This record gives sequence, C-alpha cells and structure tokens, in this order.
Amino acid sequence: MDLSEDILQYILSGLSTGAIYAVIGLGFAIIYNSTSIINFAQGEFVMLGGMLTLFFHVTLFLSLPFSIFLAVLVATAVGALFERLAISPLKNADPLILVIITIGGSILIRGIAMLLWGKDTYVLPMFSGDEPIVLWGATLMPQNFWIFGITLIIIVANRLFFHHSIIGKAMRACSFNRVASSLVGINVKHTVLFSFAISSALGAAAGIIIAPLTMTSYDVGIMLGLKGFCAAIIGGMSGGIGTVAGGLIVGVLESLGAGLISSGYKDAIAFIILLLILFLRPQGLFVKGDTERV
Amino acid sequence: MKQELLKFFLFTALIGIAPVFIGKGYLINVFVFVGIYTILAVALNLLLGLAGQISLGQAAFFGLGAYISGVLTATHAVNPWLSMVIAVVTVGIIAFILGFPILKLKGHYLAMATLGMGIIVYIIFNETVDITGGPSGLSGIPHLSLGGIIFNSDLKNYYLVWFFAVTIILLSVNLAASRIGRALRAIHDSEVAARIMGVNARLLKVQIFSISGVISALAGSLYAHTVTFISPTSFGFNVSIELLTMVIIGGLGSIYGSFLGAAILTLLPEFFRTFQDYDIIVYGLTLIVITMFMPGGLVRGVPLLFRSLFKKEPMPQSNEKRG
Amino acid sequence: MLKKIITSLCTLCILFTVASGVLAAEPIKIGALLAVTGPPSFLGDPERNTAVMLETQINNAGGINGRTLKVIIYDTQGDATKAVQAANRLIKDDNVSAIIGPSTTGETMAVIPIVEAAGVPLISCAAGIKITEPTKKWVFKTAQNDSLAVERIYDHLKKRNINKIAILTVSDGFGSSGREQLKLKAESFGITIVSDEIYGPKDTDMTAQIVKIRGSKAQALICWGTNPGPATIARNAKQLGLTMPLYMSHGVSSKKFIELAGDASEGIILPSGRVIVAHMLPKSDKQKKSLLAYVNNYKKHYNVGGDHFGGHAWDAVMLLKGAIERGGDAPDAIRKELENTRNFRGIGGIFNFSPQDHAGLTKDAFVLVTIKNGNWTLVK
Repeated sequence: MDLSEDILQYILSGLSTGAIYAVIGLGFAIIYNSTSIINFAQGEFVMLGGMLTLFFHVTLFLSLPFSIFLAVLVATAVGALFERLAISPLKNADPLILVIITIGGSILIRGIAMLLWGKDTYVLPMFSGDEPIVLWGATLMPQNFWIFGITLIIIVANRLFFHHSIIGKAMRACSFNRVASSLVGINVKHTVLFSFAISSALGAAAGIIIAPLTMTSYDVGIMLGLKGFCAAIIGGMSGGIGTVAGGLIVGVLESLGAGLISSGYKDAIAFIILLLILFLRPQGLFVKGDTERV
Repeated sequence: MKQELLKFFLFTALIGIAPVFIGKGYLINVFVFVGIYTILAVALNLLLGLAGQISLGQAAFFGLGAYISGVLTATHAVNPWLSMVIAVVTVGIIAFILGFPILKLKGHYLAMATLGMGIIVYIIFNETVDITGGPSGLSGIPHLSLGGIIFNSDLKNYYLVWFFAVTIILLSVNLAASRIGRALRAIHDSEVAARIMGVNARLLKVQIFSISGVISALAGSLYAHTVTFISPTSFGFNVSIELLTMVIIGGLGSIYGSFLGAAILTLLPEFFRTFQDYDIIVYGLTLIVITMFMPGGLVRGVPLLFRSLFKKEPMPQSNEKRG
Repeated sequence: MLKKIITSLCTLCILFTVASGVLAAEPIKIGALLAVTGPPSFLGDPERNTAVMLETQINNAGGINGRTLKVIIYDTQGDATKAVQAANRLIKDDNVSAIIGPSTTGETMAVIPIVEAAGVPLISCAAGIKITEPTKKWVFKTAQNDSLAVERIYDHLKKRNINKIAILTVSDGFGSSGREQLKLKAESFGITIVSDEIYGPKDTDMTAQIVKIRGSKAQALICWGTNPGPATIARNAKQLGLTMPLYMSHGVSSKKFIELAGDASEGIILPSGRVIVAHMLPKSDKQKKSLLAYVNNYKKHYNVGGDHFGGHAWDAVMLLKGAIERGGDAPDAIRKELENTRNFRGIGGIFNFSPQDHAGLTKDAFVLVTIKNGNWTLVK
C-alpha cells in the first residue's frame, strides 16, 4: 500500500462525508437567504430522517423505499409546522431572536425523539449490500456511491428548482430584496414556509443516506448540523455550488488531517485552514462581487 | 446617570441580602453559578449588544481563564490571586491579537470564525493531556483565600463571585454610557457612518473584543477556584450557545438583562428536575415561549407584560432592538 | 358536646400514634448522580434503570431493616458543573445518607471535594483510577479500573507473541483514561505502541485513521471507546480489509455492539465483566448466582438483558444495602461498614474493600470474550 493509494482513500472517504455536510449546508443556506436566520434546528432534521426511516422500516415493517419516502414527508411536515408555529408569528423580530427560537426548537425536537425512541443507537440496513468495492486501490462501500449519487441528484434538482420553477425564482427574488418582491406580488410569507420545508427535506435526506454507514441516535444531529453550518458559511451562504464545495472541502480536510497529520487535532486542523482562508478573503471564498445567493 | 446609579445600588443591595432569603440549602450554590454566568453574559453583551459583533466562541475565553488559573495553581503551586491576574492578562493579550483578523470579518463569517476559535481551543483542552489532564479533567485546584478567610463554603463563594459580578456590572454600565460606548453603538448602527464621523472602528472593535475576553477569563478563573475541578465539557460549543441565549433572552444591550438571562437559564433546569425525562422538552418549550412572547428580552418584556395586564392595553409587538 | 370532645380527642390520639409510627419508619435516603441523558447516557441510563429496579425490589421485600429505601436520582447529563450542583442539592436539601454515581470519571472528580467536605460516602460508578488512588476517606467505586482491562488484553497479546500494536482511542474521558493506561502498561509487557490514533465521540467515519494504522508496522489494533464509535471502526476495518486482530475495550460489552457492527464484529476480542456471559460460566463461579439474578430481573423489567454498566449501579446499591443493614444509615457508619465489606459477590466482580483499598477488585474481575456467530464466547 503506497502513499498515493492511501491519499486516494483519504480523499474518497472525505468526499463522502463532505457530500453529507454539503446537503445539510444547503438547508442552512436556503433558510438563511429567505429569512436571515441561522437555523440551529437543521441538524435535528438530519436525525429525524434517520430515526423516522428506522421507525417505519424496522418497527412498522414497511419496505425501505416507502419508509424513506414517509420519513422525508414527515420531517418536511415537522419543518413546516415549526415555521408556522414558532417563526411565522414573529413577523418583524430581529433575526437573532429567531435564532434563539431555533435553538429552543432543536432542544425540543431532540427531547421528543429521545422520549419516543430512547437513547440507544440504531443501525439502518445498507441500501444495497455491504461488499466493499475496490477503486484504484481504495475501498468504498456501495452506500458511499448512494451518497454520491443522491447528493448529485439533490444538487441538480436544487438548481433546477431555483432557476426554472416559478416558486424557486420567487424565492430567489425574495432573497435579493424582500420589499421589491412583495411589491411585484410575491407572497413573502409563503416563501419562508417553503424554505423551511425544503431545508427539512434536505436535512432528512442527508440523515437517511448516511444512517446505514454511521448509525443513528437521537443526538446525532448536533455535530452533523455544526459541520453543515460550516459548509454553508465557507460557501458564502450560497444555495448552490459554493456550499457544495464548502462541504466537500471540510470533509476532505478532516480526512486528510486525520490521515496525514494528527487524528486528535483533525477538526482543529480543518478549522485553522478555514480560518486562514477567511482571514485572507474576508468576503468569503466563492464570492466574486455580486453573485447569486440562492 | 443618577437613575443608573440608583438602579445599581438597588441591585447591589438586593444581591447583598439575597442569601437571607435563599437560605443555606443548595440554592445558594446555584446562585454562585448564576453569578459566574452573569459575568459571562455581561461580557458577551458588551460585544453583541453594544458593538453588534456576534461571538459563538465565548466559551474559549472562559475556558482559557479557567485552565490558566487551574494549571498554574494545581500543577505549579502559584498563588491563586496571582494566577488569576496572569490568566486575565494572558487572555486579554490573546484576544487582542486574535481580534485583528477575526473582527475584520462580518456577519456570518464572524460567527464562523468565532465558532472555529471556540472549537480549536476546546480541542486543545482535550488533546494536551500532559498539561490539562485531557477529557478526564484537572482536579486539586485550591480555593481562593483572603487574609485568613478561605473561600471554601457556598456562602463565602457567593459573596466572592458576586463581588466581582457587581463590579463588572458597574464598570460595564459606565462603559456603555461613556464616549467609547457611544462610539460602539455608532458602529453597531452603521460602521461606515461611524468611520466617517472619525471613529477608529477597527481598533475599538478589537478593544471591546479583548475586554469581553478579559471579563470571561475572570469568570473562568472564579469557576476554577470555586468548583476546584475543571474539564473540557464545561467550556464547549454548547456553553457558547447557552451564553448567547442568556444575552438574547435577557435583552440585547441591557446589562441587567444579562443577569436575568443568566439567572433564568441556570435556575430553570433546577426547577425542571422534577419533570424527570420530560425536563429537556419543557426546557426547549420554555425557551421558545419566552422568546416568542418577549422578543425584546425579559428586561423589556416583563414590564410590558405587567403594563398590559394592569392597564388592559393590548400587548404591543416589540420591534425595538436595543435600548 | 362531651361526646364530641372525646371523639375528637380519640381521633387526635390515633392520628398521633399513626404519625409517630410513620416517623419511626422514616425512609433511608440514598442519592444518585447519573448521566441519564447527554453523551454518556449509555452509562447513566442502565444505571438509573437498575437503581429504580432495585429500589422497588428491596422495598417489596420489606426494605432495609424494616425501613423503606428511597433513591433520589438527579440527571447530570455528563456535565461536571451540573454534577456539582446536583451533589450539593442531594447533600444539603435532600439530606441523603450516601450517594451512588456519578457515571463518569470527570464528574466524579468534580464532586469529590464536596462529599469529602460534607462527610457523605460516595460510591462512584466510573472507572478512572484517579478516583480511588490515592484513597479518599469518603470515596469508593464499583467500576473496574481500566488498568485491569488493559492487563487482560496485554496478557493475551503476549500469548500470541504480538509486541507491536496500534491504538485508536476516543477523545472523551473513557478513551483518554484507556489511552493513558495502554501507554503506561505497555513497557512492562514488552509491547511497543507504533501508532497512536484518536477519533471524536461523534465522528462518522474512521477510515483515515485505519488506513494510517494499516500502513504502520502494527500487528494488532486496540480500540478504546463506547458505542457507536467502535462499531463504525469495526465496519471501516472490514471495508478496508484490515487483517490484523482487532481488540476492543469493555466499553462495548453489550449486545448492542454486535447489533450495530453486524458481521464486522466477528472475531473481535474484548475484556468484559462476567455479566454478558453469565449463563456460560461454570457452576463453580462465585458470581454466577448474582449475575443470573440481575440479568433475568433486568430483562423482566426492561426487556433487555442487564449489562455491564447497569451492574456498576447494582453493586453500588447492594453494597450500601449491606453496609446499612449492618451499621445503620449514619454516613460515618456506612463508610466504616463499606470498608469492612469482604467477599461481596457483585456484578463487576468480588469486592474486598479495606481502609487502604476503596476499589476492591482484582484482575479477575474481567474475562476475555470474543464474538462468534453473533454471540459472545469465552476466550480460554
């Protein structure tokens, strides 16, 4: 096993984790752009995705694809409900106030999940077997390819939605200028609701595709949410390719840091590099003047 | 100003006689922690409420203060008061140096940078096992003592911690009312306008960041010497978030609001213990409800609530952001 | 009128006697500081369940010396600050006679100054060697020292002529304590650690560390952590085709680990308390009776077999019960009787406390087990 094979392994593993961060990061960015809120409950939807799929599949004996569908549906509903009950009643509040509400929401959702499913860790079956696949000397699980594939689909769908559908375009308009958007007849309230629904669905999807590899429990959301948050910020809170790149960068940096430098300091290494980049480019990595935000 | 002074004396008197009502039970111990968190919340409020600069890594300074104090006294047998001074000064310098690159950033980039700072420091606490004791913590930190009095009981610690807390509050109220405070508020409202008016925005922001760090380090040192044991979990990301919650629930920019926020968030879990497994749900719900119904923070929300109760006026939606 | 006065006097008398009767049977209060939620809930949850189960069981059997037992449990969430607050509450407001827990070493170290100052016996359920070394007047513990587990593994490595190893430990209290002991004991067994890697408690992918270990000269890998991390490591190792033998710590000695790691758990060797292999023990084993009683009882209440960690709480409560039965519930008497405890057949092992030894266990507290066909087998 020579070094280049090892490095390929680090990069591929890092890309796989990074893809998850990217999807979670997209959720952060979408809500941020329509409301200026950093939604600290985002990680809990990742948890809900995994736990709900598990519940439908293992407890209710539904087929895996149907369970996944239901899990995304329920998580989306929870996200929309949260927006209706806790975010939308406070129309003109300072975004910071709303951030605290999302912190409360995340504690609440985590608490309910703990009561419903207990504190144990559970494992979701792999989507298609567990025979490792060898790729130029590096090995990956079939599930890694599911992660790459579904992430790609999500990115493309996201792009199509925001650039070619009328709702998506309206949401983009809102993120540029809310007042102007409402003047041309866009219902700003609806776009906020949509942004919460879409982010929850994205979070849940990330949680589902990662659960067979990494297992899931009521408290997995905290750390994954944090990493996704980093991805979104590195991407300049863009709802597009910036955040995806951000997620992949965080994932690969972590993996290379652990493999080549020190596994104890791997998160610190990733953050130090990110901070250095930020210090050199205070306006963000992928911002070239006036670019798209959604 | 006179009104401010009256408010301060009233508050100090209240804190002074509070132990009579709190009694000798465990509650007095909880109020020691309320004091420590009040200092921390005030520190963050100077940065966030006054200067409008967010920090998601405040626990880093808290932890650095605690660890510098703890390691110096427990491992190197340095005098506790001296170690407290060293801790505070060192953190002040670190914050000043870090402040220049970090505060160049704005908005969510600033949030990210401070968050990263907090996580890096947390990892250092965990990984430098030979110095900090790593995840299993550092024990054997001595209590503070003054002229033969050893601060080893809850009541003594209460007065020790609150002596510092009240002093910090007085200094902060003065700072907010001073020329510097006005300049900081100007930066908060519009940095560009403040610059045009001749405010050295960059230096001022770094200075307030450093002051905030110094105050947090003081709280850390007090924590180390009252609990006599420290471990990294007390200074993690969740603590930074909890501090942010205290400041916002109390009321952005209000020094006494920070006390209310710290008190509520430290006392609530104690009262919710009786709910057993449901306490986490009740806690989350309470957080949401308080913020929803008092978006201006407790310090503005509670008086509004009373007014609307007694005058039967509809409760106004508070859009006011700072006071 | 007179009749009325007489009846009310009579009622008063009756009330009084009833009240004094109740007073005489005032319950014995024991406090428990357990991480029921939070990251170490894998410890605190079974410990809480066990304590609650024992409370009912002891009271149904007539209590301790005819008095009911009351266990007051506070959740510490694995946070030292919260543990300190809760310990103060137990001592000052609830006036407990003794305390069991906390669940983790860090929290235990944080509350030791409090119980030492107040003079309340504490039986910790955490494993850190610092807790009872040096011996503290009021502090005991039931969890086996990590060093005992390390010695078990190193003994086995020596038998297999393995002297170059890699270690992969989690960056929390459990992992760092294990890492410390692994490094400390290596030399005396003639073992060199050629690769020393770390992973975070919430990490989701450990392939990078394993690739690095694969490239080192290590002949075996020892992983020190608690679920779910080690399960991920076992799966990653299988994915990467790691051929060296894989050892784990007692941190994963529950059926949950086998369930999580699936096929990847086959052949993994770990030291464990006897509780998971209770039914396989020879009849001559002194602990077998306690173990089977505990496992079956736990199963009846919570639908899963009792595990290693819940066992720490079982030992703590039963040690206290024994001490109180012999000497009453005054804190000092409890402390003295705990020190006089000999040959207590517990879940974690056979305890022999003394004024010098407040941990009370030997290397025999651990057995080596391996996983075969999805079940535990004793390693001979």
